[in-house]
Amino acid sequence: MSDATAGNLSQAAAEARREDAAQTGPMLAADGRPLKRSLNRALRAQKLRALALIAPLLIFLLVTFVAPILDMLFRSVENQIVSETLPRTVIALDGWDATDLPDDATYAALAHDFKEAAERRIHTRLGSRLNYEATGLSSIFRRSGRGIDGVGEPYADQFAALDPAWEEPATWIALMADPDWISEQADWLEAAQDTPEPAFRLVPGIADVLPETTDAYRSFARTIQTTGRTPESPLTKEPWATVYLALYRDLSGATGADIGAYSGPGATRLQTAADAVAGFETIPLRDAFAEVADGWVQMPVWTTIQTFSDPYTAGYFLAAVDLQLTPQGIEQVEDNQRIYLTLFKRTMVLSLTIMGLCVILGYPIAYLLSNLPMRTSNMLLILVLLPFWTSLLVRTSAWKVLLQQQGVINDLLVWIGLVGDDARLTMINNQTGTVVAMTHILLPFMILPLYSVMKTIPPSYVRAAKSLGATNWTAFWRVYFPQSVPGIGAGCILVFILSIGYYITPEIVGGRTGIFISNRIAFHISDSLNWGLAAALGSILLALVLVLYWLYDKIVGIDNVKLG
Amino acid sequence: MNGEWGLPSDTQDTFVSFDRVQKSYDGETLVVKDLNLDIGKGEFLTMLGPSGSGKTTCLMMLAGFETATHGEILLDSRPINNIPPHKRGIGMVFQNYALFPHMTVAENLSFPLEVRKIGKSEREAKVMRALDMVQMGDFGGRRPAQLSGGQQQRIALARALVFEPELVLMDEPLGALDKQLRETLQFEITKLAHRLGITVVYVTHDQTEALTMSDRVAVFDDGRIQQLDAPDVLYEQPQNSFVAQFIGENNTLTGRVAEMHADMCVVRLDDGELIDAVPVNVSAVGDRTQVSIRPERVEMNKDRLAPDAHTLKAEVLEFIYMGDIYRTRLRVAGHENFVVKTRNAPDQPRLKPGERIEIGWHPQDCRALDA
Ligand SMILES: Nc1ncnc2c1ncn2[C@@H]1O[C@H](COP(=O)(O)OP(=O)(O)O)[C@@H](O)[C@H]1O
Ligand SMILES: [Mg+2]
Repeated sequence: MSDATAGNLSQAAAEARREDAAQTGPMLAADGRPLKRSLNRALRAQKLRALALIAPLLIFLLVTFVAPILDMLFRSVENQIVSETLPRTVIALDGWDATDLPDDATYAALAHDFKEAAERRIHTRLGSRLNYEATGLSSIFRRSGRGIDGVGEPYADQFAALDPAWEEPATWIALMADPDWISEQADWLEAAQDTPEPAFRLVPGIADVLPETTDAYRSFARTIQTTGRTPESPLTKEPWATVYLALYRDLSGATGADIGAYSGPGATRLQTAADAVAGFETIPLRDAFAEVADGWVQMPVWTTIQTFSDPYTAGYFLAAVDLQLTPQGIEQVEDNQRIYLTLFKRTMVLSLTIMGLCVILGYPIAYLLSNLPMRTSNMLLILVLLPFWTSLLVRTSAWKVLLQQQGVINDLLVWIGLVGDDARLTMINNQTGTVVAMTHILLPFMILPLYSVMKTIPPSYVRAAKSLGATNWTAFWRVYFPQSVPGIGAGCILVFILSIGYYITPEIVGGRTGIFISNRIAFHISDSLNWGLAAALGSILLALVLVLYWLYDKIVGIDNVKLG
Repeated sequence: MNGEWGLPSDTQDTFVSFDRVQKSYDGETLVVKDLNLDIGKGEFLTMLGPSGSGKTTCLMMLAGFETATHGEILLDSRPINNIPPHKRGIGMVFQNYALFPHMTVAENLSFPLEVRKIGKSEREAKVMRALDMVQMGDFGGRRPAQLSGGQQQRIALARALVFEPELVLMDEPLGALDKQLRETLQFEITKLAHRLGITVVYVTHDQTEALTMSDRVAVFDDGRIQQLDAPDVLYEQPQNSFVAQFIGENNTLTGRVAEMHADMCVVRLDDGELIDAVPVNVSAVGDRTQVSIRPERVEMNKDRLAPDAHTLKAEVLEFIYMGDIYRTRLRVAGHENFVVKTRNAPDQPRLKPGERIEIGWHPQDCRALDA
């Protein structure tokens, strides 16, 4: 072998090695696995352990903080109650032009929906819900729960008069029910009835023959099976009057039913009835509903149902800013009902006032504390914290005792002669009361961050300023104060955010003019039960806080906030 | 010692004068005890002493941030006890720099000029000049946090000088810097001080710094000035054992005065050996004393000593080669920490541990101090 070939060979070998390395690509660990994967594996264990450590808190936060907030956000737009309670009506109203009362088919749909809702006792809930949007609906709904049967009864009576068999449950079962279900149901009735009742099943094909009747009967059967303390069986119960209304409408050709195609049980009876319905005495459904509650033949109830038939609505949010959704679009509510914007504004203004007072009162105290020897300042700090250890209720009530017209402060002022006995100051149950009591309660939240920031400002800065020729005031204002601004920022954020969500204190000392938006939220949560509106108000409050936070970040810079 | 430290006779007028100043923070202990100190115009005076010896307190009294419990402080012959700090016109440099973090470097420097209501253009010119003076001309727009420690200290210095005070106080200004930077800045500060002709009172606990920078050094301990002298005098002629120990490295041996002559005495060490020394604060035969000898003044070559000089037996414990010098630790008269420093020169032996030698010194290098 010549030298040249040997050279070539070794060169080739080197190249091969290089190629080898290039192909393997990633760096390998000692055991030959890619280094990256080994590292990931090592890190994964660490990450899992870290996760396990924070998991309890994470779960706790998810359950108690994130979930409620999401639920609140959802509730503020959720509106499924209308389409769930009146599904047929909502469909029938789709495309209604709202110029005149709806047609018969819509009234029939309402009759079926309403009967089922009344049996399930959920009609009043919907009534309350819609009452938020248009007053008076609640009472219409409540009254209709009792009177809805009146709409169908004339037909039930006439069918019974035609053939008494129509009153028999068995007639209906034979017509409607699946034979298998009938035997299962019979077995169940005979047995101890401790197993779940077999759910009603329709016989195949009947829906084509009698569409509305089938729908109404199924609604009847399912409803009686699932409501009431002791479930009832369709085998032994005469259908609701509204089912007869449906039968009449099917047989009279109003719904496009095809009776001629039917040849099942009771076909002749059905045919007889079909021939007879033309001679039935009829009342327009509109008039029948007028008997139930005259609200049903006026426009508002229908426009309201149509407006709020969507499963999601902006209605709560609009209401939260004193607007309302009408068929004509978004409008302001009447003057005497506008309260929320005022409340939001008041909450903001009073919170800012309280925040400002806290700065004015807290700054000198924090300054004093941070310049005292450690032992003294620690003791005085306990005094600052003392309010934290007293019940909020006690402190607030104490202000009531102090501030009321026959209270300590007024007595003192009268005694000194500063105010006349007949001109005692009103300092409670108004904004003054709220501001005074809340400033007192929130003051520690201002003092603590201020103190902890001031504690970190070395005295040498002020000394340097003075040695450079600054007077006490200049040294404070130009050198000390700018460095305490992060503390002011932190304190302000704390106090302001706590304050706009405050509830107990304004409730106790705020009277009518000193309450905050949170008091209204609480009212809707626990008294009016309008949770949707409460959620919308809460969401707006949350958004306001976030916007203010963002603004603060833009203007002051959030990294300029120091809690210690 | 009851210090009455006046000015050396050849210096200018007194600029600052502490007159029987005492200071107590708690009403129980005196932090500064009877301080009498005159500082001349244009002088660079350093207060040197261990931590807690009252140096900062003296400075703060001078600057006006603490008031003397007793006594008077005169600035340019005027008592300043009742002048508030901002009217004293004293520049100050702090150990933590105390640059205002929310202002730029230029704003920091123009602050003393603004409060003196100096016009904008003049202000800018002065700021620029001061920045150039500390070689920081390009840094006017930066925030203090964007500067290194050494740069911050330069700015602090410039700020203390920009309003042209006659007196500048510096409290351990280089304490937080690394060694090399300290040496550079030490040099720059002294140069600047002399060029501007300002009076500087400088506080440090670093004796090298004190020796290299100052015209005079006041050694503080326990609230008193132990000695106030020029650096060389301080080093070579310590007046008591504290100063001898504190300044530079020092060997001490204990004993009693055996013979007393006018400018010489003989001391009998605790193990019975005799040595020669200069009596400094011993007065009679039988007094207990600590004799003090600098490591570089110990002679290991008997030929260089006077024929009748006393010598001591010594055993080599350790020999450390340090490049420019050798450092040899000996056992002498029962003391194990007796150190000898010799120049690295061809004629100097490199000793081995265990070797026994004889050492001695010229009598004037050895001082018999208080016990
Ligand atoms: N503001 C003060 N209050 C009480 N004692 C102080 C105060 N400042 C200093 N001291 C005490 O005074 C003594 C001297 O302190 P200082 O002057 O700071 O010493 P140095 O600057 O020499 O280290 C120390 O014992 C210190 O504890
Ligand atoms: Mg100090």
